Amino acid sequence: MPKRTDIQSIVVIGSGPIIIGQACEFDYSGTQAVKVLREHGYRVVLVNSNPATIMTDPEFADATYIEPITAAVVEQILRKERPDAVLPTLGGQTALNVTMELAETGVFKELGIELIGASLDAIESAEDRGRFKLIMEAAGMETAKAHYVRSMDEAMFAAVDLGYPVMVRPSYILGGGGTGLAYNEIEFVEIVQAGFDASPVGEVLVEESIYGWKEFELEVMRDGADNAVIVCAIENLDPMGVHTGDSITVAPAMTLSDREYQEMRDEAIACLRAIGVETGGSNVQFAVDPATGRRIIIEMNPRVSRSSALASKATGFPIAKMAAMLAVGFTLDEIANDITGVTPASFEPALDYVVVKIPRFDFAKFPSVDPTLGTSMQSVGEAMAIGRTFPEALQKALRSLETGRQGLNGDPAEASVRSLGDSELVQGLPVATPDRLFEVAEGLRRGLPVADIAERTFIDPWFVDQVNQIVALRNELEDGEPDVDALRRAKRYGFSDAQLAYLWGVEEADVAALRQVNGIDVTFKTVDTCAAEFEAQTPYFYSTFEDESEAPPSGDKTVMVLGSGPNRIGQGIEFDYCCVHAAFALEDAGYETVMVNCNPETVSTDYDTSTRLYFEPLTTEDVLAIVATEQPQAVIVQLGGQTPLGLAHDLERAGVRIAGTSPDSIDMAEDRERFSALCREYGIRQPPHGTAMSVAEAMDVVDDIGFPAVVRPSYVLGGRAMRIIYSVEDLNAYLVDLYGATPGGEVDLSESPLLIDRFLESAVEVDVDAVYDGQDIYIGGVMEHVEEAGVHSGDSACVVPPPTLTDHVMDQVLADTLKLAKGLNVVGLLNIQFAIRGDDVFVLEANPRASRTIPFISKATGVPLAKVATRVMMGEKLSELRRSGMVPDMAVDLPYTAVKEAVLPWKRFPNEDTLLGPEMRATGEVMGVAPTAAIAYAKALMGAGHSVPAHGAAFISLANRDKAKGVAIAELLVDLGFKLFATHGTAGHLARHGVPATHVDKVGEGAYDPVRLIEEGRINLIVNTPAGGKARGDGRIIRLAATRHGIPCITTAEGGIAVAQSIQAAQERDADVNSIQDLHVSAGLA
Amino acid sequence: MKSGILVTADGAVFKGESVGADGIAAGEIVFNTAMTGYQEIVTDPSYSGQVVVLTSPHIGNYGAASFDDQSDRIHARSLVTRSMSRMASSWRSEQPFDDYLVEQGVVTLTNVDTRRLTRHIRDRGAMPVAVGVEADEAELAALASSTPSMEGQDLASAVTTKEPYRRAADGPSLGHVIAYDFGIKRDIIRSMNSRGLDVTVVPASTSAEAALALAPDAVFLSNGPGDPEPLAEPVEAIRGILGRKPVFGICLGHQLLGLALGANTFKLPFGHHGGNHPVKRLVDGTVEITSQNHGFAVDLWSLAGEERPMLEGLPTPEMLPANVPTAFGDVSATHQNLNDGTNEGMACRDVEAFSVQYHPEAAPGPNDAMVLFDRFVEVVRGTDAEAN
Repeated sequence: MPKRTDIQSIVVIGSGPIIIGQACEFDYSGTQAVKVLREHGYRVVLVNSNPATIMTDPEFADATYIEPITAAVVEQILRKERPDAVLPTLGGQTALNVTMELAETGVFKELGIELIGASLDAIESAEDRGRFKLIMEAAGMETAKAHYVRSMDEAMFAAVDLGYPVMVRPSYILGGGGTGLAYNEIEFVEIVQAGFDASPVGEVLVEESIYGWKEFELEVMRDGADNAVIVCAIENLDPMGVHTGDSITVAPAMTLSDREYQEMRDEAIACLRAIGVETGGSNVQFAVDPATGRRIIIEMNPRVSRSSALASKATGFPIAKMAAMLAVGFTLDEIANDITGVTPASFEPALDYVVVKIPRFDFAKFPSVDPTLGTSMQSVGEAMAIGRTFPEALQKALRSLETGRQGLNGDPAEASVRSLGDSELVQGLPVATPDRLFEVAEGLRRGLPVADIAERTFIDPWFVDQVNQIVALRNELEDGEPDVDALRRAKRYGFSDAQLAYLWGVEEADVAALRQVNGIDVTFKTVDTCAAEFEAQTPYFYSTFEDESEAPPSGDKTVMVLGSGPNRIGQGIEFDYCCVHAAFALEDAGYETVMVNCNPETVSTDYDTSTRLYFEPLTTEDVLAIVATEQPQAVIVQLGGQTPLGLAHDLERAGVRIAGTSPDSIDMAEDRERFSALCREYGIRQPPHGTAMSVAEAMDVVDDIGFPAVVRPSYVLGGRAMRIIYSVEDLNAYLVDLYGATPGGEVDLSESPLLIDRFLESAVEVDVDAVYDGQDIYIGGVMEHVEEAGVHSGDSACVVPPPTLTDHVMDQVLADTLKLAKGLNVVGLLNIQFAIRGDDVFVLEANPRASRTIPFISKATGVPLAKVATRVMMGEKLSELRRSGMVPDMAVDLPYTAVKEAVLPWKRFPNEDTLLGPEMRATGEVMGVAPTAAIAYAKALMGAGHSVPAHGAAFISLANRDKAKGVAIAELLVDLGFKLFATHGTAGHLARHGVPATHVDKVGEGAYDPVRLIEEGRINLIVNTPAGGKARGDGRIIRLAATRHGIPCITTAEGGIAVAQSIQAAQERDADVNSIQDLHVSAGLA
Repeated sequence: MKSGILVTADGAVFKGESVGADGIAAGEIVFNTAMTGYQEIVTDPSYSGQVVVLTSPHIGNYGAASFDDQSDRIHARSLVTRSMSRMASSWRSEQPFDDYLVEQGVVTLTNVDTRRLTRHIRDRGAMPVAVGVEADEAELAALASSTPSMEGQDLASAVTTKEPYRRAADGPSLGHVIAYDFGIKRDIIRSMNSRGLDVTVVPASTSAEAALALAPDAVFLSNGPGDPEPLAEPVEAIRGILGRKPVFGICLGHQLLGLALGANTFKLPFGHHGGNHPVKRLVDGTVEITSQNHGFAVDLWSLAGEERPMLEGLPTPEMLPANVPTAFGDVSATHQNLNDGTNEGMACRDVEAFSVQYHPEAAPGPNDAMVLFDRFVEVVRGTDAEAN
């Protein structure tokens, strides 16, 4: 069937902000879908609140709504746009959920809108666990055996039937509370009783335990003619019990015989048919009992997913693009396989390599969280690596993670597992943690048998054996001298030069030299979907050490872009957006582009984005190998965040030309002494500061500059690196925490000197993004933060144009920006953070590179800053770009306000205090745009998932310094009809200013216990600003209660005012929805 | 480990290590892109006389289980891999796969750049190679260039059963099938037995009269190695059976049916060997993902005395003929390979005979086409409603 002509316009719903469990893989999917639908002539209307996405670039859709993804807002958009169809399967769970909500309202029927990609019934059948189970069983598939029970007698009967261990899950409990595994009757009775008590309906599900079984995922595509193919079979190295998003996963499946695999394949396809997924991609998960081969179906997602993005990158089969085409009526055999160009998409990719994905965690930023992996996903990003064999891919993936590891042990960082005692090591093995595989390797190194480790970890013996091969080779290397034969074998097992240097006790350069002399060179192989059966048209490469390299001869006008590696908090999709823009801008300017990255979730690793793609770790060794093959004119390092910047010096030393701002300038901005000297030279003010090499020096510095102060080590040691201190006690506590000083004792700080800055309280923070070409500057935007200086810019909301800055301050900010651009010899992007107090402007830091705000400001102003910067880096002048219309002649006067709000992972980490501070913890961002700042902020809050109430009761508890601002918040809330609760001190203060508030008791005391009020649903909004430095006590308990109950909790006075104003705006009138294209026209930009 | 080396007839050298038997082996090389099913592949008699390179890098992972054998021994002359696992991890495994290879005397290499070898075959076509353990490169080169091509060789006679044997239906019998053994895979017999068919497997040289004398309800033509052209005797037998008993053919059996109808066969550049080939059922346009293993194909256009059309873009059904008259009535293509447009199946209109080039019995590969055996059961029972 060719494409449908009875539909002309399609609404595609995106996935909103990056959160744990739903990351930029949906930008990759959505971008593919939107592109292909437009190519086939459909009018595409896109809804996504996340400005850091490529899909929301104005040129990707006919109308792009950067608006909150709520049923009400999407309905408004549907009424305005009147599309023929909605495609809900490309925007993750967010898009599915909002679609199901909308279906209930009847709006699709009313407006005659068709759901394409998956029917409502299919979505519901897959989402409802009970219904799913029934459908699977009816279709002849096995699911986990289980009984719903309502009495202890029934429970005992169930336990006897299933045999221990059994899983107990109370019914209707959010977030899996009360779920537990019982190994015997005593444990069982206890867990079941607690489950009966916890379940609101007194019901418990007793289920057979599949903990420790092997876990597989099949990515299935089905078209309207009922053709179905398996794109990829993924095997989890971590067994059942670890969320697949937190598991190390491997493609293709490694330990299934053909018969077992084909049965699983048949069931996966039967599952799609039974659920009724008529067109598109779905993933189906299976558990297999390693002892008997018994297989049960666990779940299916009737949409593209994180796994499908991984499968697309792992195979070269673009699932999301195909899903979009199938949704509009094409069949698989009508679509050509992009990679071969001559064969159809109705086939199953054959892999002649192994893909390993490893999740990346940021536990250090969340001290309350136990880094044990379980059934709830906690990872914030992932790296994927391709090798010819599992050991090679595994070691490449480990060094791609950028967690300080150079492979599977055999590196300096292995000290952490070397230092474990034997019994500690063995006891740790059953517990899945991010470091478990290193412990497995260390156990094998100490001589633990493969079978023993497999038994303790439930990791399949095949994987343990492969790890053992790495370990055996490592032992041989360690015991021997540098040797050509061993070197060749080691490289084929994925060892990095750095590991070999460590094991041989030589320099990395010596290893590289030995390789060079003996011709042990990297070869590049192609990801071609067909194991070389057909010739590949798409240059998508990975490195390995084989006989033959397939990389083409280098072009003469090639530029390499280094990506940002795995997502982590602080370095996410924003940097990938910049790298993708660089590739687009270079292509426009006639260059061939080479992209290097190892993050499977991204648009940058789509083989369509650049001329050639290398899916490789971002290490000096790996990047230089690609440079040697590609011979690029220049390498762009300033767009991918810290990852490529960290390589800049090594690349420069190796004779590579770095595009734009030199590594030395980047250094100058980062080196405290050099930067201070520069500021002094140009007459730029910085907050008072000093550097300490010892505890005594630190005391001198704080004496000199005074409290409060911001402290951080010059090299970040761990997660909790930056802190605001208010006293000598705070400083001591910090030194104990971070440097391991004994309280009051001395410790050497010279390895990583302590940087101490005076913290400017109640200052307004401002971010500036600019492009400088060596002569001329373009100010991309001046963004004013909602939260005061001291809250990490990544965690604070910001507003453009800046609502409160005076002309005088603006002039000073712009003048300082120009001075720093000159002083730092910037060619390309420059981001500066300022603190403003009254008329005084202080520079906090300057970064001559892409900042997190580039996509936001580019969307807000319609000027693609990363593209502009890329062209400037390659030697074009802003004046030329102005003439070509890429850059406006003068600063744009926006007739609207855009607000960026941070999205924080509190729901995922419910025991974590929600206070904002100098350490970034946001996972993503949203944008709200409206005629006024208050409405824009209200939209941003809504987009970020805060259910800000229009009415109700607010609880206010303020630090002393915030009490003046608190009166303003309270007055406004009372005017808006809110009832107020306040803590004793705050209530008194409010009363003195004539604002009535009910004062509450301390937590755990009295009838007006604030936690009880929250639990009883009597409080709808919380404004709680903590006293300096103290994050404990009642405040913390109240904030945690707010997180549990989903009540918006504002922790800064400025945020409180902004929220109150946004409530006011929302009460006054409904916000309109506007496409970004229309907004840009209104600003005279398009 | 001992060194292993492979030299192609056109002089390319591939180095690795030996994980199998010692010695030297020579034969035509083929690559197979299936990601599972190594044991089924090497024990498939269709690989008789061939050196097999598996593109999937890890082989041996789940060991060997006798149930997976497709015949009583390994037929591939030699096996070439990227990484042979000595660890067999599966509840089904009876022995490590490399032990099995040694036991069966198969020269086996690991640590070879199998992708380079595959590309070599893809670009230059199937060719003889010699493989040796601690062998002399020049000696292997000489052996490779003196090894004959598969074309014109009767390999089926070497692998067919010497004596007829019977495999009874699982459960009550629904009919009796004579299966010509040109190198039959066990899963073909199993697929019929499990559907209630008694199967008598007969030697390739069995005449039509001898076969019909066994009073079958239908005759099956099996898969097998190499070139169909030299198999004059079976072709003659098929001509004697057509129109008298229903005929179903798979792979070599399909090619022999084609020859019996008067068509030509031709050698594909490097064949189809794998588990991911899309085949379109021309009757309803649906696509099956199929298991394939053949180096030759049937040219149905030759029946009409016409040239095969060249492939441009994605294949279309028009690349294959319909209703071509033969001595046995009209013949139409029923299935098409969507990668290269070649014929994957045909059916006679006037006599009851149909065949497919690919392997509906899977083993290894997808089960998408198992329905063909259901259809065969209906044919055997005379309840087949579908003429085509």
